[in-house]
Amino acid sequence: MAKLKVEDLKRIKESMKGTVNLRQGDYRVKVIVHMGTCGIAAGARTIMNTFLDKVKESGATDIILTSSGCAGLCNHEPMITLEVKGSAPVKYVKLDPEKAGRIFDEHVVGGNPVADYALSVGSETTY
Amino acid sequence: MEDLSLHVLDVVENATRAGATLIEIEIREDKSKDLLQIAIRDNGRGMDTHMLKRATDPFATTRTTRRVGLGLPLLEQAAKEAGGHLLIESEPKRGTRVLATFQMSHVDRRPVGDMGATLTTLIMGNPDRDFVYFSNLGKEEIEVDTRSIRRELDGSLRIDDPAVISLIKELFKNSPRN
Repeated sequence: MAKLKVEDLKRIKESMKGTVNLRQGDYRVKVIVHMGTCGIAAGARTIMNTFLDKVKESGATDIILTSSGCAGLCNHEPMITLEVKGSAPVKYVKLDPEKAGRIFDEHVVGGNPVADYALSVGSETTY
Repeated sequence: MEDLSLHVLDVVENATRAGATLIEIEIREDKSKDLLQIAIRDNGRGMDTHMLKRATDPFATTRTTRRVGLGLPLLEQAAKEAGGHLLIESEPKRGTRVLATFQMSHVDRRPVGDMGATLTTLIMGNPDRDFVYFSNLGKEEIEVDTRSIRRELDGSLRIDDPAVISLIKELFKNSPRN
C-alpha cells in the first residue's frame, strides 16, 4: 500500500524550520487557475501543474496557487487570473505550459504583465 | 475529457462547489469481473428527487441548479461508451454519491489518466476541504487521507505547500495510467 510516511512529513517539517513561511498566511501573488468543466477539458490541470513546478523550482514562499470555477469565457480556456498585491488582476487566456512558464518568469517573478497572452490590455484607442 | 482522471477532477470540483467539506474518491478494478469502478462520495448539500432526475441532463441546468453542469452527463457518456453506467444517489443536506462503472477491457474505455495530478490539483484548489482517496489499480494500492496528513503537519505547513503536494504526487509514480 502506497501511503504517506510519517517520517517523510516529519522530514519536510524539519527542513522548513527556521525559514519564514509566508504560505501560512500572507502572500504576494495569487495564481488562480479556472477549473470549470470547460477549463479542465482544455488543459487547466496541466497549467496548474506547470505553475506548481515553477513555484517549487523558484523556492518562493509568497505565491499562492489555487483554482476557481468557470469564468464564462469557455472559448478562452485554459485561463488564469493573476493577482499581484497592489496591482490590478490580469486574466491570461488560451494558455499552454510554455506560455504559463513565461507568465511565471516575467509577471509573477519579474512584475511585468505579459501583454501577449492577456485577455485585454486597456480598453480602446482612437488610432 | 481525454481520460477518466479529468472526469474525476470535474465531478469533485462540482462537489466542492456544493459545499462538501469531505470528499471520498475510490477507484477500484476487479480483473475477475473485467470491471472498473469510480465512486465519489461527498457531504455537500445534495439533491432532491426532482433535481436528481435532471442531474445527467446537460440542458436542464440553470443558474439555480448550479450543482450540476456538464460534469455528470459527460461522465455518464464515458461510462456508457465503455459498457458501463452511472448511478447517482443523493439526499438533500446529506450529500451525493456517484458511481461510474466501466468494462475494463472495452475498446472504448478511456484511459485512467493521472489520478495523482487530479488529487493534488483538488487539494491545491481546495486546501480547506478534506479528501480521502483510495485506488487499487495494477495491484498497487494507494491511500491518501488529507485529514491524517493535516494532523501530522500539525499547523507547521499548509496542506497545499509544494513540498507536501510533491510527496503526495510521489505516491502515484508507479500507478498505471492506461
